[in-house]
Amino acid sequence: MTVATLSGRARANVAFAPTDRGPPAQTPKPGAGAQISIRDLSKSFGSKKVLTSLDLTVPAGQFLAIVGRSGCGKSTLLRTLVRLEEPTSGAVMVGDGQRGVGRIMFQEPRLLPWQRVVDNVRVGLSKGLPTAESRAQAMDALREVGLADRAGDWPSVLSGGQKQRVALARALVSRPKLLALDEPLGALDALTRIEMQSLIERVWLEQKFTAVLVTHDVAEALALADRVVLIEDGRIALDVDVGLPRPRRRGSAEIGALEAQILDHLFSAGGRPSDDRPGLEPGPVEYEKAYA
Amino acid sequence: MKFDAKSLLAFVIPVGLILVWQALASVGLIATEVLPAPTAIVAAGWRLALSGELWTNIGISAWRAAVGLVIGGGIGFALGLTNGLSRLSERLTDPTLQMIRTIPHLAMIPLVILWFGIDETAKIFLVALGVFFPIYLNTLHGIRTVDSQLVEMGRAYGMSSWGLFSRVVLPGALPSIFVGLRYALGIMWLTLIVAETISASSGLGYMAMNAREFMLVDVVVLSILIYALLGKLADSIAKWLERATLSWHPAYLHV
Repeated sequence: MTVATLSGRARANVAFAPTDRGPPAQTPKPGAGAQISIRDLSKSFGSKKVLTSLDLTVPAGQFLAIVGRSGCGKSTLLRTLVRLEEPTSGAVMVGDGQRGVGRIMFQEPRLLPWQRVVDNVRVGLSKGLPTAESRAQAMDALREVGLADRAGDWPSVLSGGQKQRVALARALVSRPKLLALDEPLGALDALTRIEMQSLIERVWLEQKFTAVLVTHDVAEALALADRVVLIEDGRIALDVDVGLPRPRRRGSAEIGALEAQILDHLFSAGGRPSDDRPGLEPGPVEYEKAYA
Repeated sequence: MKFDAKSLLAFVIPVGLILVWQALASVGLIATEVLPAPTAIVAAGWRLALSGELWTNIGISAWRAAVGLVIGGGIGFALGLTNGLSRLSERLTDPTLQMIRTIPHLAMIPLVILWFGIDETAKIFLVALGVFFPIYLNTLHGIRTVDSQLVEMGRAYGMSSWGLFSRVVLPGALPSIFVGLRYALGIMWLTLIVAETISASSGLGYMAMNAREFMLVDVVVLSILIYALLGKLADSIAKWLERATLSWHPAYLHV
């Protein structure tokens, strides 16, 4: 495992911010990150094993990216973090184990078409809040993603990128300690994608939550994450620290080198085309043959 | 609504037809006992309106339609919700309901007359039976086809069962429920016309059949036109409700 040795000492220093060192240690600031510890996690759907005794610890405030082929179990792992899936065996602990610590952003915006933009953001807040208060917080979150002027619009008039920004505002409005991102940029065009990446990086730097990004795009993982984990056949095959300073320059030599090494590992170890689109990726298969 | 040149186009043919009809009737090319002139029908309407007979009959028919719609539609809506939300309830009741659905409800008329005679209960029963199925089926379908990704989002964001129902499932099913309602309104008038024409002692259908006995063709045509107007009115109300509650829908976004 050559890449692991690259692990930079200079890991992004914001990662362990206030919870560890803040003076009033007994009251962690709302919005600060939650630590994740996963012990011996297995998940099966019927007879199909998706995750097999997986161990993973994510320190509070870290930006972790999970990469892997389609069907490798990376999304399932993410969904157990926000309790959309229950583990078949093993334990998943997020923060102090309370519900609602984490928020998830899906690949699709999943906005309620019958609610105005601001009310869609309010979905992320608890119902007990007075209306005026929750509207104010929702407007703050919309301002954060640059869409305050669209608060009164119906979601159907927004562009794809704007919808995902509303979904981001909805995920962030309750100041979660964990933000789970399930390939949220997969459906966006290249330029919007880069804008969204910067936006996510900016709010993460500001709010210091723990972020877990599932993606099939290794370059995206390296542009954003402190650490990249490669999942193969339901277990962790590679764990890389990315010690590059921020803001990272897209297409820099360091990123390129890391990307090449992760991709090499991906194609030499698995050696099979993606589950959900066999035959659609002739390139990678040939690449893999060259290394066989 | 705006009345510009384009929306006026829709009126060209109907108005033209009425003018031609009036002209042909005036010259005597259409016999009065076949089809009286439009003016004669308006006169008949005026006469009946003055005597109060018209309003009484419209009122009675509208009342029967409304009561039947509320009863049949209410039960259909409730069962559609229950069966949409509970698999157990669906397994229990849906096969029976689908079996009953294969009986054309108007085929029940002789039996209904035997059961209830020709008073109000018979007509309300038939209307309720007629409107039940479109509302039941479309409510069920609407709830079943609510985007499961939105439901999952609601669960992930901590919505309670009631929150999930009122904020995700019901609004998502609403377009389909309205389709059912508009379809039901058509069946409602159709059922009522048939029921009132066959057996009644009041109402628009009775007015038409009574006029037929006395060869009052103008009143017969008047009754038919009023039925059409009432149907149009009910449809417009449903359309308006649809617009008011589905303003988020891309199909209504030109507001």
